[in-house]
Amino acid sequence: MMQHNHSCGTAAHFSRRTLVQAAGLAGATWLTPLSQALAQQADTKSKPQAKSVIVLWLQGGPSQFETFDPKPGTKIGGDTVAIKTSVPGIELAQGFEPLAELMDDVSIVRSVVSKEGDHERATYNVKTGFRPDPTLVHPALGAVVCHQLPDDLEIPRHVSIYPNNWPARGGYLGDQFDAFKINDPSGRIPDVRTGVKDDRLKRRLDDLVNVVESEFSRGRVKDIDSKTLHKTSILNARRMMSSEQLDAFDINKAPESLLAKYGDTRFGRGCLAAVQLIEVGVRCVEVTLNGWDTHANNHELQRGQVDILAPAFAALVADLKERDLLDQTVVLCGGEFGRTPRINPLGGRDHWPHGFSVAMAGGGIRGGQIVGETDTDIDFDDRENRTKHVADPKNVEDVHATVLHTLGVNFQQELNTPVGRPMIVSKGTPIKQLLG
Amino acid sequence: MGTRDYAFISLCLAAMLALGTGLLRQDRIAEPESFRPAQYQDDDFTSVVAKVNNEFRQHWSDNQIEFAPRADDLTIARRLSLGLVGTIPSLEEIRELQKHDPLYRQQWWLSHLFEDRRYSDYMGERLARAYVGTENGPFLVYRRRKFVMWLSERLNSNARYDSIVRDLIADKGLWTDTPAVNFVTVTIDQNNDRKGPNPIRLAARTTRAFLGMRIDCLQCHDDRLGNVALGTLDDPRDGLQADFHQLAAFFSEAKSSLLGVRDQAGEEYNYRYLEAETEELIPPAVPFSPELLPEDGNRRQRLAKWVTHRDNKPFARAAVNRIWALMFGRPLVDPVDDIPLNEDFPPGLETLADDFVEHDFNIQRLIRVIAETEVFQIDSRAPFEITNKHESSFAAFPLSRLRPEQVAGSVIQASSLKTIDADVHIVFQLQRYNEQNEFIQRYGDPGDDEFVERGGTISQRLLMMNGDLVSRRSRANMISAANRIAQLTDDDKHAVEVVYLTVFSRKPSEKEQEHFVARLQEEKSMQFRTRTVEDMIWILLNSTEFSWNH
Repeated sequence: MMQHNHSCGTAAHFSRRTLVQAAGLAGATWLTPLSQALAQQADTKSKPQAKSVIVLWLQGGPSQFETFDPKPGTKIGGDTVAIKTSVPGIELAQGFEPLAELMDDVSIVRSVVSKEGDHERATYNVKTGFRPDPTLVHPALGAVVCHQLPDDLEIPRHVSIYPNNWPARGGYLGDQFDAFKINDPSGRIPDVRTGVKDDRLKRRLDDLVNVVESEFSRGRVKDIDSKTLHKTSILNARRMMSSEQLDAFDINKAPESLLAKYGDTRFGRGCLAAVQLIEVGVRCVEVTLNGWDTHANNHELQRGQVDILAPAFAALVADLKERDLLDQTVVLCGGEFGRTPRINPLGGRDHWPHGFSVAMAGGGIRGGQIVGETDTDIDFDDRENRTKHVADPKNVEDVHATVLHTLGVNFQQELNTPVGRPMIVSKGTPIKQLLG
Repeated sequence: MGTRDYAFISLCLAAMLALGTGLLRQDRIAEPESFRPAQYQDDDFTSVVAKVNNEFRQHWSDNQIEFAPRADDLTIARRLSLGLVGTIPSLEEIRELQKHDPLYRQQWWLSHLFEDRRYSDYMGERLARAYVGTENGPFLVYRRRKFVMWLSERLNSNARYDSIVRDLIADKGLWTDTPAVNFVTVTIDQNNDRKGPNPIRLAARTTRAFLGMRIDCLQCHDDRLGNVALGTLDDPRDGLQADFHQLAAFFSEAKSSLLGVRDQAGEEYNYRYLEAETEELIPPAVPFSPELLPEDGNRRQRLAKWVTHRDNKPFARAAVNRIWALMFGRPLVDPVDDIPLNEDFPPGLETLADDFVEHDFNIQRLIRVIAETEVFQIDSRAPFEITNKHESSFAAFPLSRLRPEQVAGSVIQASSLKTIDADVHIVFQLQRYNEQNEFIQRYGDPGDDEFVERGGTISQRLLMMNGDLVSRRSRANMISAANRIAQLTDDDKHAVEVVYLTVFSRKPSEKEQEHFVARLQEEKSMQFRTRTVEDMIWILLNSTEFSWNH
């Protein structure tokens, strides 16, 4: 009946953010006039070569100390041992030997900071590049990419393998941008095979469209399908059910030797499927590895996770390269936050959003780079100064802006939400050091 | 043939008889105690319905908008069922409904639904989304399930809405023993420096959920776009940052410990305003109608009384708009929590809000009044071309996509001729619970974003066409609707009619009847007949009509 746009928005909102920052309240560097200018400059120079994204999602919060930012021999480093990589000066935690050899293609941002320390809120924050907002659901990175780079594929362009409670969503862009969810790709793809013979299905669909749908549309709102998308989605679903592109989900035809490189784990199989899907034109695949929330016995549990992650991550990068897809595929590996420098009495580390790591590769991202640095001597109890132990801090949205920039997406544009609220795609600034 | 064979045959015959009588007889539905036909003829009830009707008629006339005719009784009953219990009516319920005088049919149906535990459970969950969202919240100190159960209990006893809200804002105690306090504890950020309830999140939630106002922008800056109008009708003013934080200051005394939520007198609220040099002490104050704020009580109690004051109209308007949205699938003022303070309101809103206050914030009365209005009973089809303009002014019932639990609940209900309610065997309830959860996980839950208009997706279509729930539920087995309809209907026309009533809650059109009767007559074997009924159920479950409210 009445449609109001009483929400915060447009230029004034963002100038507000700038002013907040000018007053020194935000403690971040994004969206100052300087950074905006830099972003615009970077944007104009953009020569996108990336077309797709793979997100290796480490749910639970991986410990930066046991993965991409080891601190051996320090009070906060625990028992972690660091290993050398193919890039002099860059070390990873022990267990990452397979990836260490590929370090020329991989970069690490060690200074990601956020303000969300709860799993659900932080997952939302890192997946969307925005903090949770009760008045709006933001789209995940993959949904934005699919929205901005349309194409005609017979299978879903946004896929989540091993989705947990919070898979990537389309948010205000619409449910059609939600990730299509599958589990172990060595098994059955859900919901694409009909349980009845083809002629019976055809008869059912004929009756559905010609009798039932036509009867429902009689006398109802004009262009009913443009509103409900019902018939369109039935036709697209049917097209997908008979598409040869579905084979990309199936890893059973891949050589055993290739699968072995990924490590014969659920996650490894998911990573192989991700590469196959990217190869047929899928825009974004998210592969989730749960189990990083190590409040007790951190060292041993993180090491177990690394043993699953490292071979899969390395094989994924190598396989993309082998298939000539690495240059056009951004690989992003990280979780919702890092873990505390202090080891608790149970031998665990707790949640820590004040400086954690994200690894990136491919899609024109410059390899062999380390962005930012975290301190080896952090006074954990000094709550006021926690964020000061990070050199060259990067906000979560800066990581998003970097990925979107490599894809040639104008991340500074504003999109309209369903209630007419203009919303910027990403308020981050691309990380210049990573741009090729 | 031995005695055991005779016994077995007798048992089978008895079972068949039981099944048959189950299809034809309805003796399980008790007469609802709260059904009082005289009440709905009383001037107190009819006058408010007539007033709302007149306001809409006037609005349509002023704007030269044609309006659709009345929908049929079963379509209206389906809307009520979906909105209040989250599923379609069963065939058993439809048969019972049809026995009642058309004059009071909807009110009888409402009495029946209100006395069904599914009503309070479902409404509790829907309202909880507005009060605490859908997130899991902080560990240990937040118990969402307890909260929803508490809300359900209050709705089951038709507690006054203002008293429910006062408890939410001001209650104290443990999150397990006094579940209302979960409204406060959900805002605790256990990983942030501040360990207690968060006054900022509480202020934002209170204004949106209970006053239907979004003043979130004011958290960081004064309103510069004229988006948040405060003050009075005669003396309007733009919202200020201070309006938000003075409201948040009412929550400064709320503290949380192992003993639960309590109020610690003297705890002040400090904030540094934009462009200010230093933090300052912020006194509690309300953003409008300060004369309604009582002097006595602690800060939260004072705020609770102010929010729910009889003369605080935004409180009643917000409740009406939300109940309206739950019933129509679309709010009267959109977004549901963004109602202007001092503007012209759409037809119906003020009248319903006044009636809600005058009748002691009685939610069931509000639902009864809305259900009786012409605008709720209007058809979604018309002899003229319906456009978005007709839908947005409720001159035709707006189509809205069903929520995932409504789809799942309806699929499960459509597979049974009996009502699947709280009285069915625990095994069936558990099965329903598991199936529904699995379905929602795959179908996708819009979360807090309840009333945003959206179309269907390929994943959802695949799930409906090939997923386990629809495949299993449309298949013929001993107790399924498909089997019972195929086996026990006396002729093909009747079979088609029963399928349509069970899945669509309406009779088939002539064209549909003719088409599916012809399908049934293509072969003369029971196996073919059963398969065709399965197909019909599958087809109807996969239609727009099934997945949308209309």
